[in-house]
Amino acid sequence: MSNQEKEPLFSARNIRLLTAPLHKDNPITIQVLGICSALAITVKLKPALVMALSVTIVVAISNVVIAALRSYIPERIRIIVQLVVIATLVIMVDQILKAYAFDVSKQLSVFVGLIITNCILMGRLEAFAMANRPWPSFLDGLGNGAGYGLILIIVSFFRELLGSGTILGYPLMEKIGIYSTGYENNGLFILPPMALILVGLIIWVQRSKDRSLVEEKQS
Amino acid sequence: MRQFSNRYIFAFSTVMVVIVAVLLSLAATLLQPAQERNLETEKKKSMLESIRIPANRQNAVELYDRYIKESFVINSSGEILEDVDAFTVVLRNEQRKPAGQQSLPVFTAMTEEGGQLIILPLEGKGLWGPINGYISLRQDMNTIYGVTFDHKGETPGLGAEINTPEFENMFRDKKLFDDQTFVSVKVIKGGAGEDDVHGVDAVSGGTITSKGLEDMLFDCLIKYDDYLRGNRN
Repeated sequence: MSNQEKEPLFSARNIRLLTAPLHKDNPITIQVLGICSALAITVKLKPALVMALSVTIVVAISNVVIAALRSYIPERIRIIVQLVVIATLVIMVDQILKAYAFDVSKQLSVFVGLIITNCILMGRLEAFAMANRPWPSFLDGLGNGAGYGLILIIVSFFRELLGSGTILGYPLMEKIGIYSTGYENNGLFILPPMALILVGLIIWVQRSKDRSLVEEKQS
Repeated sequence: MRQFSNRYIFAFSTVMVVIVAVLLSLAATLLQPAQERNLETEKKKSMLESIRIPANRQNAVELYDRYIKESFVINSSGEILEDVDAFTVVLRNEQRKPAGQQSLPVFTAMTEEGGQLIILPLEGKGLWGPINGYISLRQDMNTIYGVTFDHKGETPGLGAEINTPEFENMFRDKKLFDDQTFVSVKVIKGGAGEDDVHGVDAVSGGTITSKGLEDMLFDCLIKYDDYLRGNRN
């Protein structure tokens, strides 16, 4: 405990907490958490960005709360406590947004509720915050939120570009005049299965670039 | 991890629930005035958008006072009902009442060029939740001047596209009446023809929302049938 207290705020270990989820420990492609929302909200880039940001905030704060309380939380009801913390935070965020950032709150609409059910939150609380101090937990939350956001942005970029021909609402495909060559938007990209295929492709590319991520064959 | 007694677990849960309850009720009560103000501004902003006046949250109240001239409530026979404030009528509650007893709000507005418009509120069902909007009609009580739609929780990128300008602008200059019969505007899957004055393109991937929107237009506007026909010129 004593040597941990002396650890600088941005030690190599803490930095790793922040960066590992971007690649080697990505919540979606490696931990396979939060897939459901990755399918639902990646049709357009903008909602994906807003969702990524809000998940990052909520997972970071709830990680801190649970890490601070970790020695007082009875093990038998820890899942309920985690859920209460997440739900309270999400509702508070929703109420504050409705009062002071109405436009953002309208953008988010159902997403706010969806954050509660995002597996990344419970996953990180259970796997990390219950066993670590608040500061590393905060970094872990930020890292995982960013890792989740990264995949969301990649998937929604391709879905919006190839499915609707726009980027953040800007009609890119129309501006470069590709439609005159007979090109058409692919409707499959708008539908949820395409998100699954794209996430699959990302997992494939990531693992073929970095062999160490490939799980060993089970005999 | 430490073992905790049952007594501790009960005490912990009780304290936790009380803290959470206090926090949430405080947040709800303290933020309520600000939230209600936002909803009111939003309503004014939507109405202004339906008459093609781009408003933001800062100038919506001021612009509303400048452009919206009059508001009143009518019944389904087109008679004006006294002592009901049109702005505070909650359409969803009215829709639960029998057709003859519903209060139907009408707002009148004046454009920069001096043209008179009427604005009618809309409320219906989307795929996941309520959808609503405003429609403004020109003086002939037939031609659509502008519309604005909004929704509570339609799927982003699919049904939620109903509140984009691309979708809303398609309604401009469409007609509600075919000669003397009320036909409303249909949302057509696969795209409406160029010269179709009663049809607009549906949202791809948002069939149920599009259908809900079409029903909303028909159900809300047919109640004004007598009023609109009585005032056509």
